[in-house]
Formats: sequence, C-alpha cells, structure tokens
Amino acid sequence: MIRTMAELAGSDQQPEVLYWVGCAGSYDARAQKVARSFCAILEKAGISYAILGQEEKCTGDPARRAGNEFVFQMLAIQNIEVLNAYNVKTIVTACPHCFNTLKNEYPELGGNYNVMHHTQFLNQLFETGKLKVSGGAFKGKKITYHDSCYLGRVNDEYVAPRSLIEALDGDLHEMKRSKANGLCCGAGGAQMFKEDEPGDKRVNLERVEEAVATGAKVIAANCPWCITMLTDGLKAMDKQDEVMVFDLSEMIIQNI
Amino acid sequence: MSSIAFIIIASVVFYFSFRAFFRVYQNIQLGKPFDSDLDKAGRWKDVLLIAFGQKKMFDRPLAAIFHLFIYLAFLLTQIELIEIFIDGIFGSHRFFAAYLGGFYSLVVGLIEVLSLLALFATLIFLSRRNLLRLPRFTKAELLGWPQQDANLILLGEILLVFGIFTMNSADHLLQSISPEHYPSVFLPVSGILGPILFGSLDASTLVFMERFGWWQHVLVVFGFILYLPYSKHLHIFLAFPNVYFRPQKPRGEMENIPAIMDEVKSMFGLGPETPVSDELPVFGASDIFDLSRKNLLDAYTCTECGRCTSVCPANLTGKKLSPRKIMMDVRDRATEVGNTLKFKKNISTSGERSAYDDGKNLFSYISKEEIRACTTCNACVEACPVLINPLDIILQLRRYEVLTESQTAESWTPMFTSLENQGCVWQVPQERDAWIHS
Repeated sequence: MIRTMAELAGSDQQPEVLYWVGCAGSYDARAQKVARSFCAILEKAGISYAILGQEEKCTGDPARRAGNEFVFQMLAIQNIEVLNAYNVKTIVTACPHCFNTLKNEYPELGGNYNVMHHTQFLNQLFETGKLKVSGGAFKGKKITYHDSCYLGRVNDEYVAPRSLIEALDGDLHEMKRSKANGLCCGAGGAQMFKEDEPGDKRVNLERVEEAVATGAKVIAANCPWCITMLTDGLKAMDKQDEVMVFDLSEMIIQNI
Repeated sequence: MSSIAFIIIASVVFYFSFRAFFRVYQNIQLGKPFDSDLDKAGRWKDVLLIAFGQKKMFDRPLAAIFHLFIYLAFLLTQIELIEIFIDGIFGSHRFFAAYLGGFYSLVVGLIEVLSLLALFATLIFLSRRNLLRLPRFTKAELLGWPQQDANLILLGEILLVFGIFTMNSADHLLQSISPEHYPSVFLPVSGILGPILFGSLDASTLVFMERFGWWQHVLVVFGFILYLPYSKHLHIFLAFPNVYFRPQKPRGEMENIPAIMDEVKSMFGLGPETPVSDELPVFGASDIFDLSRKNLLDAYTCTECGRCTSVCPANLTGKKLSPRKIMMDVRDRATEVGNTLKFKKNISTSGERSAYDDGKNLFSYISKEEIRACTTCNACVEACPVLINPLDIILQLRRYEVLTESQTAESWTPMFTSLENQGCVWQVPQERDAWIHS
C-alpha cells in the first residue's frame, strides 16, 4: 500500500523517508516497475515512507540543463514549497537526475534535505541488517554495471551500487569505460527529450556494444533514463532477448 | 661585449613578453569576477597535487610519463637558467660551480639525464601527432595553426636540448684542456657525446662550439618567452592559477540566476515584488563579457591536449561538438575582442559589454548544433588534467539561446510546454499517482 504525504498528514503521521518518484517512475511503464520494486523493498524492510503523488512535479533538471532557467525555477520553487510544508527531512529517489538536483541545486533555492539515491539507501539497509538476501537468482551470474553520470561522475558514488551487486553474489564484469570514465547512455542534459544532432551513431549504441562485449547477460543500472537508452540500444543490436537491463532494486526484490 | 648584447636582447625580450602577458591578463579581466574565498587550504593542496604533482595526467600513464620527462627537465632547467642569466650579465662561466661544489654536478648531471629523456619524449610526441596521427590530435579544430603551434613548441624543445648538449659536450672537452677557465663538472651524457662529436676539434673551435651552444639555448629560451603568450603552451604557467581558482560548488550544481529565482518567487507570492525594468534582461552568455573570468582563464590555460574531446559521448558518435573546440573558440574570441579594444579605438575603448559591438559574438565561432549535442555527462570536466570546465560554458550558451533569444531545439519545445503546464517532462493524460492504484 503506497501512501501519499497528504494522506499521512491527514492522520498526523510523519514517514521516515519521502520516496521521490520522478516523472519516469510516475509515468513510464518500465520505470513504474522499478518504482514498485523499490516500494516493495521498503515495505519488506519495514521502512515507513510516502510519496508526494499529485503534489510532486519534475525537479526541473531537464529544463535547467536545456537552458530554460525560468521553467526550472517554477518547478523547483513549487516543489520546495511542498517539501517544506511537509517538513520533509529525508528524500530517497531512484533517479540520479532528481537526486542531483534535489541534493545540489535545491539548497540555494531554500530547500535543504538529506537526499539519498536509492542505491545508497538500499546499501544502508543491507549494512544495518534491515535487508537480507535469500535465494540467489544472480549468484555467480556475469553482471555488468553501468554508472549513470549523475550518480557516478557528478556525485562520486561508485561504491554503493557495486556493494549491492556483491550482496547479490553477482560476478561483476566491468566495462572498459567504468566509474569516473564511464560512458554516458546519451540521455543526460535533456537529450532524452530531443532529436539527436547529426552524427554517425547513437550514444546508447556505443555504450551497449561495450556492455555486450563483457559477455554479461545482465546490465545493472541505477537510472530510469539509462534503462530506456540501454534497452533501446540492445534492440538496435537485436540482443534484447539475450541481455537484460535491470535496475538494482529489481534485482534485489527477486532475492529477498 | 657579449654581456652588453645579452643585457640588451634580454631587456627587449622581457619588455615585449611582459606586454603580451599583460594583454592576456587584461583579456581575462573582460569576464565577470567570481568567488574564490572558500577552502583556501584545499585549493593550495590541489595546486600541489594536480598542477605541481600532475596527478590527473596519470589517468593516462604512458602519456603522463613522457610529459613528466619534459616537465621535470623544464623545472630543473630553471636552476640552470638562473645561472645562464648571471653568466650572461656578468660574463662569468658556470657561476654556481664554485659555490655549490658536488651539488652542482648533481644538478647539472640530472638536467643532462632529464634533457635526454625529454628529447626522447618530444620525439614520441612529434610522431604521435605527425606519424601515428592519433585521433585526438587530428580533429577538425586542430587543422592549420593549432597543429603548427604544437609542432613549433616541440621543435623548440628539441632545439633547447641540442643547445644544452652542444654547450656541455664542448665544455666537457675544454675541462681537460683549460681547467682554470672550465671547472670540472661531471656530465653523464655530454661526457660520452663530447669525445664522439667534437673529439677531433681544436681548442679554439671548442670554445666557439661552447659559446654557440650557450647562445643557441639562450635564444631559444628567449623565443619561448616571447612566443608563450600567443600559444597554447601558456599552460605551463596558467595551469597553476587555474587549479587554484577551481569552482567551490558541487560539480552537479549549476550557477543559480537570482534574478529569475526572485521573479518566480514573487510570481508565487513567496517574495517581494520584483521591480519591472524597461530593458530586456540578458541571461546566459553570448560573448566573453558574460562569461566568468574563470571561464576565460580556463580558455587561455587549455593546451589543446584533447582528453576532453576524446571522452565526449557526442564527439565519439560523430556529432559536431568538441569540448576542446569550445575552449579554443572562447580563447580566440577573447583575444579578438582584446585586440579590437586595443587597436581599433573607433569601436570602443571600454571593456563594457554594452559599449562593445564588432558585429560578432561567441555564436560566430560556436554553432547551436554544437551546444545542443551536449549530454552534460561531465566526462570532459573529469578528463581535464588542469580542471578546465567546458560544460559550464556550454550551459551558459544554452541559457542565452533559450532565455534571451527565446530559441531552442525544435523537439525541446513540447518538453518545456509539458513542464510548464503539467509539471512533467511529457504531455500526460493521467494523474501523477495513477501508477500506485494500477
């Protein structure tokens, strides 16, 4: 049962964490699966949480990076108003772009929260013993991990997601370009919502070729936009039935 | 006689060089001031590790080692250069030899070994550009002058080393012929080269060769001092301030625009009324006056190594964007504006944005297609060994395009509309929390 902040406030309850769903998690069928997996994990771990529901808007990241500061400010200021009204302390999100904007850009506008990416939060649940792996669908399986730019290079988080793969007993095979040198999936900077500029290849294809070259049958990701891009790339290579793209939360829910 | 010649040449060289360096400084000052008051200790630490210690160079170990040879040879040669100036002015020979004793031999010996390694590295670098033609050295933006600039610098380095070895080889032989004028100094490389190259020469020819090597070295050094402010080689100095003035914000935080924030806050009744001005405000950057001085320092610091471009996902997949080209364009535009302000008084004598108009701006150099191709992945920012940030400039240009020109990529328009009307990146038929009920 996923509840909203408004519902909880109605019965004078304050959840431990606010789960920031984002546009992808709210509307994209593939990302909705990730959102449901993450909520299911929170419930299993006994974490009290809520979402903003209809009171949530895009954080404004794609508008800001496309150059539209006005639209960014409109979204951000409305979001901050809502978050502050609910006295939100901790925000967890499964989107590294939301994560970055909430964490690094909202403080300047008056929104100060403890913001975590869901891989960091999940890793904490493992470390504190609130989550335990049982069963091993990924045990010994060749897995490669795609660093999203906004969790990795921008926010310097390379360890937490890899610890999760370790907790699943996966056999991690790094791509040639990983961690700080990881290659973008092609979606960032609002490219997701724009036609490509003229060139000879799509970025997601370049990335997926590298992932396939590791021989892994699973690509673990941490970002809804990366998941779309990588899945599309696999389709372009006609490998969509051979190689699967999963969010780390989806891999965990299969094993607890 | 030779002392007087040296003093006159040196004075002329320093006069013109200083003027050119000062112009670079003035051009950088055309940008907007920026904050750099936080974390001074951390900044100095970064100067030590990243600039002085070359830490980020070692992300590519092979290139880093060859570069280190040249860098160390350059650093150590500065000691010899001080001596060369003293000798040049006072007509002495190896002034420090008498004072430093064994330590002198150690320094001069080390310089010899490093010069040999630097020569080796220089030849590798030349062949990397001209024979192997590595992709990052043959991109479109390097064709023409930038390639010549690089080759000239490498050629200059070879000449410097030749000067040293000519001088020292002759010196080595003269040490045994006339020890009263040529103090005994251990020369590990020239000690071997000397007898092979000059073994058959008589004393007066050796004296000439020694002087020839000395003057050749000095004149090439002077050439470098004059050439530096016009060249990408400026990084040997600017890398240090550029690292020191690194940004103090998190990498993921774009510069806020308070004027827009205040306007939006007041629109929602969350802040005081913002005064309405008749003038249309300018947001983002269309010319160097709108960029920060750090952006311009970045541009003059860039040595065009292309590590940024070689990791750029847009460039790797054949798009027109090259972060290195962005830096080169900003530098060339700043130089152009600086020259216009200096020499074409009829346009304007002040560096004020509003008073300056030569019919051009940054968009005369950088196309919309380039800035629109960026995924803001920060790979270029991560790749730069001296903390240059091309992304910051790209984002300011995008802001100008959208906020001031009211233009944007066609396919971004629906996204902006949905964001404004529905608070979502897509036009959506359902409520945002519909997914929890399905």
